[in-house]
Amino acid sequence: MKKQRAVTFNHNPLLKRELPAWRPRIIMLALMGCSLALVGRALYLQGVNNDFLQAKGESRYARVLEVPATRGRITDRHGDILAVSTPVRAVWALPADARLEPAQVRELARLLEMNVGELNARLAAGRDFVYLKRQVPPEVAQAVADLRLPGIHQEKEYRRYYPGGEVMAHILGFTDLEDRGQEGIELAFDKRLSGRAGARRVIKDRRGQIVEDVEAIRPPRDGDEVALSIDGKIQYLAWSALREAMEEHKPKAAAAVVLDVRTGEVLALVNAPTFNPNNRANLTGAQLRNRVFTDAFEPGSVMKPFIAALALERGKVKLNTPIDTGNGRMTIGTATISDTKRHGVITMAQVVQKSSNIGTVKMAQQLGAEEMWHLFDQLGFGTPLNLGFPGETSGRLRPAKTWRPIEQATMSYGHGISTSLIQMARAYLVFAREGELVPLSLTRVDGTPSSGRRVFSADTARQMRTVLAMAAGPGGTAIRAQVPGYTVAGKTGTAHKLEDGRYARKYISSFVGFAPASDPRIVVAVMVDEPSAGQHYGGTVAAPVFSRITEGTLRTLGVAPDMPLTPLQLARRGGDEAASEGSSRESM
Amino acid sequence: MNDNRFNPLALVLGFLRPLDPLLLLLLAVLLGYAHVLMQSASPERLDSQITHIGIALAGMWLLAWLKPQRLLSMAVPLYLLGVVLLLAVELFGEISKGAQRWLDLGVARIQPSELMKIAMPLMLAWFFQMREGQTRLVDFILAGVLLLVPVGLILIQPDLGTSLLVAASGIYVIYFAGLSWKLLIPIVVAGVIGLGSIVAFGDTLCQPDVDWQVLREYQKQRVCTLLDPTRDPLGRGFHIIQSTIAIGSGGLTGKGWMDGTQTHLAFLPERHTDFIFAVLAEEFGLVGAVLLLVIYVLLLLRGFHIAANAPTHASRLLGGAITMIFFTYAFVNMGMVSGILPVVGVPLPFISYGGTALVTLCLGIGILMSIQRSRFAEKT
Repeated sequence: MKKQRAVTFNHNPLLKRELPAWRPRIIMLALMGCSLALVGRALYLQGVNNDFLQAKGESRYARVLEVPATRGRITDRHGDILAVSTPVRAVWALPADARLEPAQVRELARLLEMNVGELNARLAAGRDFVYLKRQVPPEVAQAVADLRLPGIHQEKEYRRYYPGGEVMAHILGFTDLEDRGQEGIELAFDKRLSGRAGARRVIKDRRGQIVEDVEAIRPPRDGDEVALSIDGKIQYLAWSALREAMEEHKPKAAAAVVLDVRTGEVLALVNAPTFNPNNRANLTGAQLRNRVFTDAFEPGSVMKPFIAALALERGKVKLNTPIDTGNGRMTIGTATISDTKRHGVITMAQVVQKSSNIGTVKMAQQLGAEEMWHLFDQLGFGTPLNLGFPGETSGRLRPAKTWRPIEQATMSYGHGISTSLIQMARAYLVFAREGELVPLSLTRVDGTPSSGRRVFSADTARQMRTVLAMAAGPGGTAIRAQVPGYTVAGKTGTAHKLEDGRYARKYISSFVGFAPASDPRIVVAVMVDEPSAGQHYGGTVAAPVFSRITEGTLRTLGVAPDMPLTPLQLARRGGDEAASEGSSRESM
Repeated sequence: MNDNRFNPLALVLGFLRPLDPLLLLLLAVLLGYAHVLMQSASPERLDSQITHIGIALAGMWLLAWLKPQRLLSMAVPLYLLGVVLLLAVELFGEISKGAQRWLDLGVARIQPSELMKIAMPLMLAWFFQMREGQTRLVDFILAGVLLLVPVGLILIQPDLGTSLLVAASGIYVIYFAGLSWKLLIPIVVAGVIGLGSIVAFGDTLCQPDVDWQVLREYQKQRVCTLLDPTRDPLGRGFHIIQSTIAIGSGGLTGKGWMDGTQTHLAFLPERHTDFIFAVLAEEFGLVGAVLLLVIYVLLLLRGFHIAANAPTHASRLLGGAITMIFFTYAFVNMGMVSGILPVVGVPLPFISYGGTALVTLCLGIGILMSIQRSRFAEKT
């Protein structure tokens, strides 16, 4: 039956006829038209617009990648490492790809030491890219990589590690997550330390993964190593002396500097309170503060030796010139200057030794304001040291023209003028160095030290060393600055703090001195801010810190003792002058 | 030859006899091309591509072996089955990527709309055969109804691309059956005006708050994206921008096999399925693209030749319509990938990865072969 139907069809003349000719023709035309359109489009894209589209394609995958340079190490003067970059990893995620099971999130959170909620919040953030945690130690990063979680990636970065911890914190400062210096040496020497990042041309796919490393455009140049002038041992003992003072006197803060007299190198620089640079969470501004550089304070009596030296230099006085300090009170205009004790008529040397304000003022009155200003300026007061530390203060030194007589008088004993501790320490180099002042250096000085600028004659400096040795000896204000085996010289300072323009019953106790007095090798400056445990005189608060630091430093430097190792009581009885030269050479 | 002895050559020849050698050759070239491209676009799918080819060739052989009249006699049951399945999809279908297209039969998941691509021209060819040349206006209206029911069902899934293809497959039959100019011209004119106005007023029409009534929001956006792919380069325009870049960066001779950067760096989306033409154009350049076009044209010419020489009206209609379906697939896909047509999910025939489409297309080849073979049988 079926066959029959087929045959019927086949013989039906209507069905037998071909399709109307124009219908297939139209189809053929359409076919040709469409093919031509396609070929035309292909020609346009691949022939005409080829370069443009090729460039567009390339811009989608070719990337110039920065290859980080390893930040240079920081060492102390002996090459002991103070700061070093260790490779760590940053763990990041593409939230769109990171579809994790709750168990996987828990595991990841455990490894990264984050809580699950925080991790989920980061992954849920509507961003293409999110850091989960940075500065992840290599072994933790490896464990994370082993989880093979989708959308979780890592990249290499560096973590700065400071083996010295809080002892070195203020000198070194620290870097931020991007390896840029933020404080201290890290900031001051950032350019030298950071080196130069290299560049590579790479091919990345749509996910941002590097598929192929095409060529190195520029190799990275690692940062230079910076060798500091700091001596790790001296720094440590200065820090522990300061810590002890912090416990004993409960001050708000304290700071100390040790300078090498010959080269102007900073051997130690400590601040308290301090911080741990390896864990900077919950850091307060007070901890961060590098007071040695940033705090300008009225130095008080530590200023007096400079006035005495200037009077000496100008021939106004000699060491034995008698000066009448009267009954301990002196009136200038409407103001009254007083001494802590009545000293009567004393020699010029004793004025410094006993720290008489009146005696100092009387010397200052023989000098012109301009002359005094010039001295202060030459000593570097009012000018920042520009060692590159952030927030360094220049101190306060007003032009001489604006000085009233009472101001010139108070400035002679260190009020109405302010300096930083490092400025003051540096100024004392003129006594320790035959009247010359040298620039300071935070890096190790290898060649010959730069020549200084003369402020006083060598003779004045020598005489002042004798006076300052007296101040730190029996009959002086700072007998507790003494060091067994070495002669010391220096001056105490006890300054009222200015609060809202008035002097409050708060003090800054300081001591600046050098040792050995016979042939100075180091300058040590100590400042204790607001001691609150009863004592506040520089001689009782700051001088013992000086003593401890000086003793340790001289031994560390291998300086030969210049005095027999006798108990202090005997030395006191023997008198300061006797202690100066004598039997030092045989004692050790 | 000794008939009593086992002769492998004779067995193979006998097996190949229902197959048209020219069509088979062109198909082999296309599938070979597809296989080479797949090694670059998605090597992990090579094995399943081989499986798909095996199933598709088996289906083709089966249809080629059957006579056209036998095929036409299956038209009504196939068509009815298709409509029932489409209704089932509407009622119980799975939702995937925002559209209801798949039906899970327990054994396998099928896409009934795909079946309709073959069933529709079969049904209409059968229908016009029943009318035996006395085709009047009423017949075309009836044919229109037969066409619109499944097309409507597919359109509401929603699947604009497939519904257009199914509609096209039916319209080709109606066109070849002799639809009068009076009806044809208004349809063409309406289409031209519609497309023209979209192009002319694209900017206004594509404002987010303009509702296009007939098309869904995503379909409207596909058209708008075509008009200006840079309108939304990260979202809807992404496909077109990436594919034109891939094609363009291929240049005259291409970047070489396996060396297409846009492809291998995963910038090109859907690179093994709908956008495989971009892979081809990037890696083999203009030369490779034109070569593919030439193979298609040869295939179409062979198809039209078979249709024109078919012994019956119905098989002529069927052969012509199936050839036109190949043409439509190829042109719409390449047009879409190269950015002259909107993105509608149409695979590149015989090249794109995907079992269902390949089986459907090979069934079409099988039908053409069956028609070709019937020529001698019927004429003698």
